[in-house]
Amino acid sequence: MRSENSYFYGIDRLTVLIYLLLVVMGWLNVYAAVYDEKHAVIFDISQKYGKQLIWILGAFILAIIILIIDAGFFTSFAYPIYALLLIANILVVFIGKEIKGSRSWFRVGDIGVQPAEFIKFAIGLALAKFLSNQVLHDAKSVKGILKSFWVQRNTWFAMLFFVVPLLAIKILQNETGLALVLTAFIIVLYREGLNVNYILFGFFIIVIFIFSLSYSPIIITLSLIGLFLFFLLFIQRNFKNLTRWVLALGFSIMLVFGSNEMYNRLLPHQRTRMDVLLGRGSVNLKKEGYNVNQAKIAIGSGGLLGKGYLQGTQTKYHFVPEQETDFIFCTVGEEWGFLGSIIVIALHFTLIIRIITLAERQRSDYSRIYGYAVASILFFHVTVNIGMALGLLPVIGIPLPFFSYGGSSIWAFTVLLFIFIKLDASRLLILR
Amino acid sequence: MSRNAYLIGRKFYIISFFLLIAVVYTLRLAYIQLWDDSYDLAAKNNALRRMVEYPFRGYIIDRNGKPIVQNEPSFDLMVTPKEIQNCDTLALCKLLEITKTEFLKRIKKAIQAPNSPIKPSTFEKQMSFTNYARISESLFKFKGFYFQKRSLRKYFKPVAAHVLGYVGEVSKEKALADPYYKEGDYIGISGIERSYEAELRGKKGIQYLVTDVHNKIIGPYRNGTWDTLAVPGNNLYASLDIDLQEYGEQLLRGKTGAIVAIEPETGEILALISSPNYDPNSLIGGKQRNQTFARLNKDSTLPLLNRALQGAYPPGSTFKLLGALIAQHDGLINRTTVFPCRGGYPPLNGKPKCHAHGVVNLPGSVAQSCNSYYAYVFKTIVDQNRFKSVYDGYNHWRDMVMSFGPGHHLGTDLPYDKPGNVPKAEYYDKIFGKGAWRPNTVVSLGIGQAELLLVPLQMANIISIIANKGYYFTPHVIKGIGTKHAIDKKFKTQHWAAVTDTNYYNMVIDGMQQCFENGTAAAEKISGIIACGKTGTAENPHGKDHSVFVGFAPRHHPKIVLACIVENAGWGGTWAAPIVSLMMERYLTGKVVRLDKEKRIMETAIKVPVKSIRKKRSA
Repeated sequence: MRSENSYFYGIDRLTVLIYLLLVVMGWLNVYAAVYDEKHAVIFDISQKYGKQLIWILGAFILAIIILIIDAGFFTSFAYPIYALLLIANILVVFIGKEIKGSRSWFRVGDIGVQPAEFIKFAIGLALAKFLSNQVLHDAKSVKGILKSFWVQRNTWFAMLFFVVPLLAIKILQNETGLALVLTAFIIVLYREGLNVNYILFGFFIIVIFIFSLSYSPIIITLSLIGLFLFFLLFIQRNFKNLTRWVLALGFSIMLVFGSNEMYNRLLPHQRTRMDVLLGRGSVNLKKEGYNVNQAKIAIGSGGLLGKGYLQGTQTKYHFVPEQETDFIFCTVGEEWGFLGSIIVIALHFTLIIRIITLAERQRSDYSRIYGYAVASILFFHVTVNIGMALGLLPVIGIPLPFFSYGGSSIWAFTVLLFIFIKLDASRLLILR
Repeated sequence: MSRNAYLIGRKFYIISFFLLIAVVYTLRLAYIQLWDDSYDLAAKNNALRRMVEYPFRGYIIDRNGKPIVQNEPSFDLMVTPKEIQNCDTLALCKLLEITKTEFLKRIKKAIQAPNSPIKPSTFEKQMSFTNYARISESLFKFKGFYFQKRSLRKYFKPVAAHVLGYVGEVSKEKALADPYYKEGDYIGISGIERSYEAELRGKKGIQYLVTDVHNKIIGPYRNGTWDTLAVPGNNLYASLDIDLQEYGEQLLRGKTGAIVAIEPETGEILALISSPNYDPNSLIGGKQRNQTFARLNKDSTLPLLNRALQGAYPPGSTFKLLGALIAQHDGLINRTTVFPCRGGYPPLNGKPKCHAHGVVNLPGSVAQSCNSYYAYVFKTIVDQNRFKSVYDGYNHWRDMVMSFGPGHHLGTDLPYDKPGNVPKAEYYDKIFGKGAWRPNTVVSLGIGQAELLLVPLQMANIISIIANKGYYFTPHVIKGIGTKHAIDKKFKTQHWAAVTDTNYYNMVIDGMQQCFENGTAAAEKISGIIACGKTGTAENPHGKDHSVFVGFAPRHHPKIVLACIVENAGWGGTWAAPIVSLMMERYLTGKVVRLDKEKRIMETAIKVPVKSIRKKRSA
C-alpha cells in the first residue's frame, strides 16, 4: 500500500498511461518524419528527434514537479500565474525574435519558448478560479437589452479571461492558430451555464459565412426567408415575437452580404486556405493547394496497415511540408495506415473523455472547471490538427498534442494535463 | 454543486459532440485510405522514379554461323533543366558543337510539356562513342546533364537491307496502344526487325529509385526488391547465306530487279535480293538517319521497295510450267502430245507470236518455250467437256493455279508481302461483258501475261513445288530463335499443291533440264551440275520487257531454287538466266569459274525508265 502522503497517491493511472503512450508514439513519428539513413542515431542532438527526446525528458521532470507541488498552490496562485503569462505574452512582442512574420518566441541561445502555448493552462486556472465563485446568470426572464446585458455581466467578464489573450496573440504576435485555440473555452462556459443560444448563434454565423462564400447571396437569402417562414408557420404556428424574428432575419441577410467583405479582409494566405477547403475558384495543387493535397496523398497511400515504420515515401522525402510539427498525422497515416490512425484518434478521444469523466467526479467546482478547460483545449487541438490533415478544415497551424515536434508544445500540454491530474489526485483534500 | 445541478446533463451533449467528431474523422480516414486508391497512385508518382535499363537487342546470325547484325553502344545526352546550375553555356555549346540559339531551343523544349523541368529528357540523341568519350570527360562541370546508354544496330556487311529491315523510334500511336513502349523507345519498323520484334527486343529492366520533393535521387526503393534486370533479346538464326546474298547483290548491281533463293526441302530462304538497295548501316540512327531516310524515300528508283516481296510482275513464260502440270493432271496431255505452232497460235491468227522451232513434244515445249503450245494448253484446260460453262472451266484453272501460291499471301515471316493477282472471272465480265468472253479471249494468261501478276517470292515458291514434286514449305527467313532454335510450326508444315503425281513433275523437269542443255538457257550450262530452269520474258506495257528466269539445281536432291527478274532487260535468257546460273554455281560449288560472265553481268547497268517506276509506286 502506498502512503496517502506519497506525492503520487491517487493519480489516475489510465490518464497517465495514455499520456505516456501518446508521447512515445509521438516521438516515434517525429523520428520517422525526420529520419534519414545518414543520421540514424537516436541521441543525435543535431537532429530534431534528438532534441525532442530532451524535450520529453524535460516534460517528465515538469510532470513530477507538478505532482510534488501542493494542489492548493494552483488554486491560490491562479490569478498571479495568469497575470504573469499575460504579461509575458505582451512582452514577447517587444523582446522576442521575429520568426516567419510572427513575434511569439523568447529566445535564449538555441532554445526558444513560446508563451502563447503556456497561457492555455493559466487561462484554465484563472477561469476555474473565477467561475467557481460565480453563477452565470441566464437572462431569459429579463426584458430590455441593456438590462439583460447587465444581468449576464459575469459571463462577459469570464469571456475576457480568454478574449484578451486571444487578441494579444492574434494581433500582437500574429499567431492566428494559437489564438483561435482559446475559443475552445466556450465549451467550459457552456458546461457552467452559458445560454446555449449563444453557441447555436455562433454556429449559425459560421454556417452562413461558409455558405455565402460557396453560393450566390441571392439564393442563400431566399432560402433563409423560406426557412424562417417555415419555422413560423409550421413549427411555432403563431406570430409571437414577430419583431424579434424579423430582426434576426435582417441580421442574417446582412451577414450573407457581409461575408464576402469579411472574406476579403482576411490575409491572402488565409483566403487561399479557405479557397482550398471550399474548392472555390481554381485551386492549383502545386501552389496553394499543395500542402493539403500532399497531406491527403500521404495519408491516403497508407491503406489499411500502412507502409510500415520508416517506410513512408511521402513523409520521409519531404513531400509533406511541416511534417514533424503541424502535419505529423501524415506520418501516422502513411506508415501505420488506417489501423494506426484510428488507434491514435481513439487514444486522444479516450483521454479527452476520461478527463471529462474525472472532472465530473470532482467535489470542487474549481477542479471540475479546470478539467473541462483541459478537455476543451485538447479537443480543439486534436480536431483542428487532424481535420486539416484530412482536408476537412482549413489549414490552421497548431500542433497535435503530445505528438508534434516542439518543446513549448509538449511542455505546455504536460503542464496543462498534470495540473489536472494533481487536482484530481487531491480531490478529497480540496474543499469546494 | 447543487447551485447548478441542472447543468450536469450538459456533459452528455459535450461528450456526444466529441464522439461525433471522432466518428466523422474515422469515416473520412476510411474513405481516403481504404476506399479511394487514387492517393496511392499519386504517392507512387510522387516519390518513385522508374529508371529504364534498355536490353541488348538480339543478334542475327546467318545459316553458316556468320554474324549479320550486332549492337553497338550509343549514348543519349540527357538533361534535367531544373538541375542546371551555374552552367557555362558557351563552353558547353563548344563542346557539343552547337550554337547558343540551338542550345536555348533545346532547353526550352526540355522544359515544355510533355517534358518537365524536373524530369530528364533527351538533349542530343545517339552520340557516337568518340563523341561520348570526348564530352563525358568534362561533363561533370555541367550539372543537370548526364549520358544514358542505349544500343544501336551494327551490320557487318552492307547487304540484305530489305530482309533485315531497320529499327527506329516507336510511333506515338504505337506507344499509346502498347504499354511496353514509351515514346523514344526503339522498335523494328520493317523486315526481320519488325516481324521478330517481340523476340529481338528482350525485356527492359526497371529500377525504382526513390526521389525526394526536389526530384533528387535518394536511393533504391525497398533495397531494390522490385527492380528487374534487363533481359537481352533472343538471337535469331537466319536461313540466309550472307555470302550468297552479297554475291547476288553484286550481280544485280546497277540493275533493277529481284532474286529469291530458297532451299526447297525446308522452305528456308537463302537469299532475298532487291535492287536498287541501300546500306543498312545508313539507317541505324544518329543525325544522318532522317536525312538518309528522306533521301531514299524520295529516290525515283525506289530503293526502299522490297521488290522480292512487293514487286508484282507478269511471270511470262515461266508460268508455262504450271500449264504443263495442270493439263497433265487433268489428263489432257502427255509426253507425246503436240500442238501446231507455225510461228504463233493458229486460232488467233498467230497471236501470241512464237519463233520457228519445229514441232515439239511436252518437254520440248518447256525447253523451247513454245507460246502456241501453251495457248492450246490453256484453252484445253478451260474448255474441258466436263464443264458446263467457261466460268466453271476458268475457275477450275484459277483454283489449280492458286494452289501453287499465286494470288494470295504466302504467309512468310517477312512483313509487307504482296499477294499478286490471278484475275477473277468477274473481272473479265466487267471488261468484256457477262458471258461475252471465251478462253481464247484471255489466252495470254496461259503464257503468263495479261493481268496475271506474281511477286518473285511466289515464282521461287512454284519452283520449290516442282523441285519437291508436289509440295512446299512456307518460305521463311528465320530458322531458329534463341537457344532452343524453335520456330513457328507453320514453317514446318508441308503444303501440297493441287498436282501431286510425281510423273507429271518429272515430265516438266525433263523440259527444264533440256532448257539448260539445248533450250533457251543453253548458254548458261554449269559444268558438273545438272540444273533445271525456265526462261521468261515478261511483257511490260511501260517499256522494254522484263527478263525472268526460274530454276533449281541439282536435278536430283535439289539444294537451291532460284527466281530472278531484271526489269527492262529484255529476253529472259540474256540477263536473268546467267544470274541464276552464276548463283547456282556459287552456292553449290562455293566458287565461280566463269569469271568473264560474272564480270560482264556485274559491270553492266540497265537503266529503268522513270515512268515505269511511277506506275509501280502507285500499284
